Amino acid sequence: MSARTLRGRVAVAGVGESEYSKRGEAKEPEFVLGLRAILAACADAGVDPREVDGFASYSNDRNEPSRIAAALDCRELRFSNMQWGGGGGGGAAAVANGAAAIATGMAETVVVYRALAQGQFGRFGAGARRERVSGDPALWLPYGLMSPAQMFAMRAMRLMHEHGIRQEAFRAVALASYRHAQSNPRAVMYGRPLSAEAYDASRWIAEPFHLYDCCLENDGAAALVLVAAERARDLRQPPVYLLGAAQGSERRAGAGSHNNPDYATASFKTVAPRMYAMAGVGPADVDVVQSYENFTGGVVMSLVEHGFFSHEEANEFCTLENFSAPDGRLPLNTSGGNLAECYMHGLELQLEAVRQIRGQSTAQVPGARVALVASGPMVTPVSDMIVGAEDAL
Amino acid sequence: MTLLPQGLPGPAPLPDGLDRPYWDAARRHRLVAQRCNACASWQWGPEWICHACHSFEIGWAEVPLPGRIFSWERVWHPVHPALVGAVPYVVVLVELPGAGGIRMIGNLAGDPRAPVEIGAAVEPLFEDHEQHTLVQWRTR
Repeated sequence: MSARTLRGRVAVAGVGESEYSKRGEAKEPEFVLGLRAILAACADAGVDPREVDGFASYSNDRNEPSRIAAALDCRELRFSNMQWGGGGGGGAAAVANGAAAIATGMAETVVVYRALAQGQFGRFGAGARRERVSGDPALWLPYGLMSPAQMFAMRAMRLMHEHGIRQEAFRAVALASYRHAQSNPRAVMYGRPLSAEAYDASRWIAEPFHLYDCCLENDGAAALVLVAAERARDLRQPPVYLLGAAQGSERRAGAGSHNNPDYATASFKTVAPRMYAMAGVGPADVDVVQSYENFTGGVVMSLVEHGFFSHEEANEFCTLENFSAPDGRLPLNTSGGNLAECYMHGLELQLEAVRQIRGQSTAQVPGARVALVASGPMVTPVSDMIVGAEDAL
Repeated sequence: MTLLPQGLPGPAPLPDGLDRPYWDAARRHRLVAQRCNACASWQWGPEWICHACHSFEIGWAEVPLPGRIFSWERVWHPVHPALVGAVPYVVVLVELPGAGGIRMIGNLAGDPRAPVEIGAAVEPLFEDHEQHTLVQWRTR
């Protein structure tokens, strides 16, 4: 084994979350939600929270590690890490950053967390209220291009144009998330199933996105605990090993005013091969996929770029049956994800991948050994991770 | 008459001067973009360095027309109070083949419910506001 890999060196020992609720309906402040998620993850792992010596998060989480470590009386803070980049693209990267700290001896017990109360701090989906804007936003906000749905709709439209991908492919992604949420009592949309007819009849937000193509906006927090692989074997839960991880984006993905040369992309074309190479597995080895859904069109791009099917095969492959646990060809977003479990900025997808490998999902794929999580399509940077069971090492 | 109602955020040139030539030209109803004085590469959005040759000697040049609709969307859900009652509206991403394929964003003039064709030729429509001018688009 090359020394320059994370494969098999770090494991997820615990996962936890706060209660998930609709935006504005959280009973507690965001910081408290974060603490509850961290304590739940530590309890799940059987780790004393005072042992946590590292924290990793993303997307400018407001809850700083120093404050958390003081509140929990952590014995020492050794790693305090923030992944650059907005949106949910940093979810897998935060895990990888924490794992890298452990693998290189900079920390022993790292918590990866995201706390987000949009009711307390304002929604992502609201347009800017400023009178004047400067820089790149001046090139789009004055034209009513203001919300994330609006910012990504033209990418999805271009995808459909270039490859003949139909609305039904997007619909299948939404239906799968809602189907899986119906067996998940944590899910905000638990007890609220979605039919193909209801999807078709739902209002447009920004063509080509219907209401149900768009993620929720929620209040909650999620966390997981990372430790070295050999230590994880002595803890409460079966270890779930990090097999591979990668982050980044293709050339000039961040060019302003929608000038990224490869436009209709989820930005995984360079990242996914690096992750697979580190993990030593390929798409055919993946038993279950959690693919960040800001908008369904980005999920279709992401699945293509991870090698599960080609653009030309997308219409045929993207069906509710193929995306459904337990026995679809590619069970997708098996907790309900950002569309129907909770918009926990994607970190709920990392938790779900861990539960699948442990056999603890509410939409379990029997015998799942290898689970992939793709964080944040269509943003830059994105990030990727694969976790696996003991026998996947 | 403007394509979208008044009350949306308006553009203000950056204090450091990076994009002032663009906004000043729009005010004079000219469409310009960055073009490197050293290697003649086009670039958009504005940046201090040429991504192609790393020269800091970036100039501005008039954009050859027409443009082509590269992608588009029709917005139905208003996310700003000024847009309530003003939906649907169409946003277009316009590719400028005569300027190295750079892309610019604007609204498309005409019936917002009409079909939009990717590849259609478009030209700029300079929309004057009290303190600034926006670059909108109409089909040829």
